[in-house]
Amino acid sequence: MCQECGCGNGGGDVKIGAHTHEQEHHHSHEHHDHGHGYDHAQGKQTLNLNRSLMEKNARLAERNRGFFRAKKLLVLNVVSSPGSGKTTFIRETAAKLSASLRVGVIVGDLATDNDAARLRTAGIPVVQITTGTVCHLDADMVSKAAAQLDLDQLDVLVIENVGNLVCPADYDLGEDLRVVLLSVTEGEDKPLKYPPMFHSANVAIITKKDMATAAGFDRKLALANLNRVSHHAHIFELSAKTGDGMQAWLNYLTEQNAAAKRK
Amino acid sequence: MHEVSIMTEALRMAMDAAKSAGATRVLKLRLRIGTLSGVVPESMRFAFDVVCNDTMAQGATLEIETVRAACWCATCQAEFECENFFNECPRCHDVSGELRRGRELEIADVETE
Repeated sequence: MCQECGCGNGGGDVKIGAHTHEQEHHHSHEHHDHGHGYDHAQGKQTLNLNRSLMEKNARLAERNRGFFRAKKLLVLNVVSSPGSGKTTFIRETAAKLSASLRVGVIVGDLATDNDAARLRTAGIPVVQITTGTVCHLDADMVSKAAAQLDLDQLDVLVIENVGNLVCPADYDLGEDLRVVLLSVTEGEDKPLKYPPMFHSANVAIITKKDMATAAGFDRKLALANLNRVSHHAHIFELSAKTGDGMQAWLNYLTEQNAAAKRK
Repeated sequence: MHEVSIMTEALRMAMDAAKSAGATRVLKLRLRIGTLSGVVPESMRFAFDVVCNDTMAQGATLEIETVRAACWCATCQAEFECENFFNECPRCHDVSGELRRGRELEIADVETE
């Protein structure tokens, strides 16, 4: 179920696979029976529930978090609008870290495994989640996808969420860091238009820095907006394509990974 | 219409609780919805009638308790009500993004028979 757009009713369409053409696993929901311990009395009665409508995902996300922590993994949930450069950014991050850290990726998309193929070609372990009609990843999908990666061989697990700045904001996946991307071609006011997502991010990255001049990007205004909405987030400005600004991000990730190992 | 799937989940929780309590009908559902939860109460009411059809909650009433959003001002050490995620404290004019209330999306209670 998706709080924002209601897409989640088509959960039966979700497919997860390291190689989507060979293995297809249908996503299904478990049904738990929670006893409430009320008297089986006749007549009218009021049952106090006081429960969040998002509690199932929250519970599964905490389970993921504990599991990932036990594996000493640093887990990133990368979110942005479609076309902000998530896949290129993840590919370059993994490539540049390859000498010191092993990176695996879970990719979510409504359809096609093009992004997974792009990463796989670069030699990165990838599992694809094809969500069908669902506009976000949830903790249950991530748990099933992670089971298909050899996590003991990884230091960092990157989850590339579905390109969408609305619905994924409500879904904790069990990540350590939520990383939101804002490309210079998108407009400086994105953080103001999608405050829940930008507010929930631990890291905000301005991408496609190499195109800033051509796009007429107002850097000062974008940073002011980010500082307002994502005021607690670490902010990086980079171009994954040219490598400009990547080093600061890689240093930060390396530090975070060392911290995850100590936990 | 994301409200439809939220109501579906709310009704599932209500019916589970009702069945566990040995009830045969759900008469009333009470939800608690924050003003910044992204949910429109009018759409919730519309969705409610649709999802309750042909269930043990058919004909049930829906009560929505609205939770006004509030931010925490660290300077004043007090809450203030707000309309958005980032707001100026009406007392000291410091900007706060520390939302204390307003994102609620909860089922409070269910009346059954």
